[in-house]
Amino acid sequence: MVNLEALHELPPAVGSAPTDGAFSLLWLVIALPALGAAVLLLGGKRTDKWGHLLATAAVIGSFVISLILFFSLTGRDSGDRQVTQHLWNWFTTGSYSVNFDLLYDQLSAVFLLLITGVGSLIHVYSIGYMEHDVRRRRFFGYLNLFVAAMLVLILAADYVGVFLGWEGVGLASYLLIGFWQHKPSAAAAAKKAFVINRVGDIGLSLGTALIFITFGSTSFAVVSAGSHEASSGALTGIGLLLLLAACGKSAQFPLQSWLLDAMEGPTPVSALIHAATMVTAGVYLIVRSNFIFSLTEDARTAVIIIGCITLLMGAVIGCAKDDIKKALAGSTMSQIGYMVLAAGLGPAGYAFAIFHLLTHGFFKANMFLGAGSVMHGMNDDVNMRNYGALRKAMPITFATFGIGYLAILGVPPFAGFWSKDKIIETAFADNFLVGLCALVGAGVTAFYMTRLMLLTYFGEKRWEKDVHPHESPKVMTYPLIALAVLSAFGGLFTLNSWISDWLAPVVGEHGEHELGIPAIVMSLIILVVVALGVAVAVQLVGKREVPKVAPEKVSVFTRAARADLYGDAFNDEVIVKPGVAGIRGLAVFDRSVVDGGVEGLATALSAISGRFRLLQNGFVRSYALALLAGATIVIFALLAVNFG
Amino acid sequence: MSTTPFIILSAILFTIGAVGVLTRRNALVVFMCVELMLNASNLALITFSRANGNLDGQIAAFFVMVVAAAEVVVGLAIIMTIFRTRRSASVDDASLLKY
Amino acid sequence: MSFPWLSVMLFLPIAGALVVMVLPGAGSALHKQVALGTSLLTLAVGVALAIRYDSGSSAAYQFTEQHEWIKSFGAHYALGVDGVGLTLVMLTVILAPVVILASWNDAEGGRWSPKAFFAWMLALEGLAVGVFAATDVFLFYVFFEATLIPIYFLIGGFGGPTRARASVKFLLYSLAGGLIMLASVIGLYVESARHQGGRASGGATYLVTELAKIDFGTDVGRWLFLGFFVAFAIKAPMFPVHTWLPDTTEAATPGTSVMLVSVLDKIGTFGMLRFCLELFPEASKWATPAVVVFAVISIVYGALMAIGSDNIPRLIAYTSVSHFGFIVLGIFVMNSQGLSGANLYMFNHGLSTAALFLVTGFLISRRGSALISDFGGVEKVAPVLAGIFLIAGLSSLSLPGLSPFVSEFLVIVGAFSYSHVAAAFAVSGIVLAAIYILFMYQRTMTGPTRDEVAGMKDLGTREVAALAPVLLLIVILGFFPKPLLSVINPSVDHTLERVQKHDPAPEVPLPTSTGSSLQEGAHE
Repeated sequence: MVNLEALHELPPAVGSAPTDGAFSLLWLVIALPALGAAVLLLGGKRTDKWGHLLATAAVIGSFVISLILFFSLTGRDSGDRQVTQHLWNWFTTGSYSVNFDLLYDQLSAVFLLLITGVGSLIHVYSIGYMEHDVRRRRFFGYLNLFVAAMLVLILAADYVGVFLGWEGVGLASYLLIGFWQHKPSAAAAAKKAFVINRVGDIGLSLGTALIFITFGSTSFAVVSAGSHEASSGALTGIGLLLLLAACGKSAQFPLQSWLLDAMEGPTPVSALIHAATMVTAGVYLIVRSNFIFSLTEDARTAVIIIGCITLLMGAVIGCAKDDIKKALAGSTMSQIGYMVLAAGLGPAGYAFAIFHLLTHGFFKANMFLGAGSVMHGMNDDVNMRNYGALRKAMPITFATFGIGYLAILGVPPFAGFWSKDKIIETAFADNFLVGLCALVGAGVTAFYMTRLMLLTYFGEKRWEKDVHPHESPKVMTYPLIALAVLSAFGGLFTLNSWISDWLAPVVGEHGEHELGIPAIVMSLIILVVVALGVAVAVQLVGKREVPKVAPEKVSVFTRAARADLYGDAFNDEVIVKPGVAGIRGLAVFDRSVVDGGVEGLATALSAISGRFRLLQNGFVRSYALALLAGATIVIFALLAVNFG
Repeated sequence: MSTTPFIILSAILFTIGAVGVLTRRNALVVFMCVELMLNASNLALITFSRANGNLDGQIAAFFVMVVAAAEVVVGLAIIMTIFRTRRSASVDDASLLKY
Repeated sequence: MSFPWLSVMLFLPIAGALVVMVLPGAGSALHKQVALGTSLLTLAVGVALAIRYDSGSSAAYQFTEQHEWIKSFGAHYALGVDGVGLTLVMLTVILAPVVILASWNDAEGGRWSPKAFFAWMLALEGLAVGVFAATDVFLFYVFFEATLIPIYFLIGGFGGPTRARASVKFLLYSLAGGLIMLASVIGLYVESARHQGGRASGGATYLVTELAKIDFGTDVGRWLFLGFFVAFAIKAPMFPVHTWLPDTTEAATPGTSVMLVSVLDKIGTFGMLRFCLELFPEASKWATPAVVVFAVISIVYGALMAIGSDNIPRLIAYTSVSHFGFIVLGIFVMNSQGLSGANLYMFNHGLSTAALFLVTGFLISRRGSALISDFGGVEKVAPVLAGIFLIAGLSSLSLPGLSPFVSEFLVIVGAFSYSHVAAAFAVSGIVLAAIYILFMYQRTMTGPTRDEVAGMKDLGTREVAALAPVLLLIVILGFFPKPLLSVINPSVDHTLERVQKHDPAPEVPLPTSTGSSLQEGAHE
């Protein structure tokens, strides 16, 4: 017997209407950038001249198709908005079958627009940014590869398909972080990112295995339909494993340390991959798996804890960095922490996680590209202590960056206000401590972003010699303007709680959360905290002289934040060093014990035969004596046998 | 006629030969002692042939004689060669073939 | 079916080897062309064979040939392939021309003339086909030992300075395993003669299909199983009997290493499937816990050793120890995911390791050193080489989208349904794989270009032509492994039936009629 009330709380199942009409174009969204990547990477030097244009056209093409699909989807009934396109059967063994299926529903539709839209802008921007790089074609090839893989990730209708995209974006991220691989630091950062992501992949592969064992299939349709029948142990296990995967990809504690190093990559990469899209894949995974997480309180609690830790950690790290990109990376970590936190809140938070993901995608990409524009003008210097007073030299960059700044602070009516406030409200509704974390995070965010603004655009000129800041070319500023517009007006998505209603068929309905105080009061409290953060920053940074060299005599906290809260040091001491020592020991073990055993056997044998060899002394008469002795023994033996 | 004396004689001859092979250094003497052992066994073979009343032993004796003859040819040739190169017929001197 | 397909594939390369040997000269282009032509011809026959293979057939073996050979032993000249055999035969005939083309100039400066290298290579190809196609234990044993002859000369005659020692070590290791197996082979003879009552033909027999009907009893079965298993574990190679492999690959030419690791080592895992599981299902189940432990140790141990290696061929050898651990794990967890994955893994590992050995071989021959620390910044001077190196490396670390992923994933899923702990340990291999591959790539290809490699030439047409088919297969099979799985799955079902194991049912029963395209494949 199914309890009616329980049925009402069940997470929604993933539908699977076949594709028709415009939706049959779904595969083309992925195919275009994939084709672009193939042409650029296999075509070699022949494509140098027009490769970047082809790549940009491919992504814009995908964006156009995404728009068409999106409007086709809005044209349908709200209950009929989940479309599945079957491409081919990937593999089948026994009863286990995995298909290459694309699932286009409300959630993937939103992501599709974000990725292709922001992706197109960043492609355009990169045409200018990478103009003087001899390997520009290759850069665009990798970017296209990334877009294709990311689209696979969000369109796949099966956990194994997600895995394909998951690793594909990991590869693209590896290639792009290490794009300037003649720099050893870039190569090392690329490797680090990939390896730490692989630790997360343990979660995804074991999670997928557990899903298969529990449900006999890994397709969203089957799992979502059966999740309420699974045991809570299995669900919690799956949830925790998926969380591990999300931690790796989204740079959440304890797998956060790669993201800061990933800033070695070209700035458009940081904007696209390490701010707007790829790093949010973990959030996508959790929200997509809402049919698992909604049913397991324990795993959700773990998600919330991870989110809280990371949002504070990232914010603290962001406060101490002098490298503009690393400060932004800390901020990215922190903002994704908010999204993870929201996702952990269950049906009440899924939609807000996605909403914040969207707005963050806009304003963070905007700011990263702005930072790139600044670096472009400052001869690729990233140290903010060498900036200052750039608002006059780069007015457009300043203006667009400023909008991003207001958006991330959550100043109404900019995009971040709408999304972040919702998360903090929901967090308070869930648990006071969690809400407090989120609130404090907002204050710290205000501090470090204000610090960044002040150091970069205000104050005295602290430019190095021979640096002549100038505004970037139009091909770079237009995307900035477009993103600034989105950062300003992205909040409109939540008008009439559109985004919640839109996503509800995917992530489930939820009632109004009960907040003890009116929402407007909550917003005001948040704004006060944010204003406090700004004020502190103005006091500490804006009103003082900024030294060219970071002061050494600083508090323990600053030192810890500069060292990324000792994340790397911890990994080094606890994993790398013992690991290296262990491997050295193992090599000795292999040589001396395993192989030594075998070689030792051979040595022992040859030593024994060395002894026996001495019997062969060359004296004929001693051989004769041995012969006689042998014959005698044989005779006596015969006699003993016959007559004994 | 009893065969025992012949067997005893054969045993004595064989022992003399064996002792000679083991104790003498001169290659020629060793060689002759080997011949003595072969002939001792020939004597035993023929004696047993007689005792058993069939020809098997005599046939075997012929084989031994043929082998002995062949051995003389090869053996003497080797001893000659060694003597030519080393100016010595001692078996202990030719001890290079070892280990 | 009367055309002796398998015999042709077996003897064609051997005949080619004789022709190469007989042709005058020390090793001109003609010899190489004849060798390449022969291997391509064999490949063509192989393709025809694969096309004619009927994956829907219920017969245990296809393309069977059977002639009485030594009646008193019950030995037959019996050939035939099932899905597993077919994939491995195909792997052999695909890799042989690749290796010959890639080793075009590698045989110079060996102990013998270059033509001997190509002749031995062809002979090895033929004998390897024989091993995978033999359906008679005695014939299998003969081929098993016979493959040692060409590979011994290939290692000992051509390659690095330590080749003599390496070839002897390899030979002794393999012979030791072979002898232990011989004891079991003789034991099989005795037992089959003892159990002849149930059989129509009478007398002893070595035919696998006949032997499979015999119930050896618990003790005898276990002893015979052990004899086979030890030999195959050495061949595979598994921890702790793996140490011959790094030494051998360090000394051998890249082409030889490919044939050794990609093809010959598969005899070990193939044998476990074909003989251990097929003939001694009860003993196999008895040994499973221990074997799984050793397999998991192999995975982790091989990966750790690979991370610690500074010598590129040694590193690849250790990665193979790790990968063979996965294959053995997949075989012995005895469910359809594990077994299919393991079978697929055999083929995919052959491809990815071949690509890795060959491309690093090109790299090493350009620099004259196999030490990772002697390289740096190669990407800048030889981007094509670096790109292919990266793809080969990524396939070795089982990146999704490349063929080894499907197999590794299936093995992990299979292992997970057998034991969570085993899977958890095994899966750490994927992190370690990323470390050893990317660490090697980072140290050889990236960073500032070192002076010693500054003049390095990028890959030439011949070299790219040799690698392209392998890379193409890796990518295609990554997205579309269906052709392989469709021949493998029936064999897996057969094996499962043999060991009387069923896949565990999922906790939540699958919807019976979905009517959606999502489940289409499940009901095929």
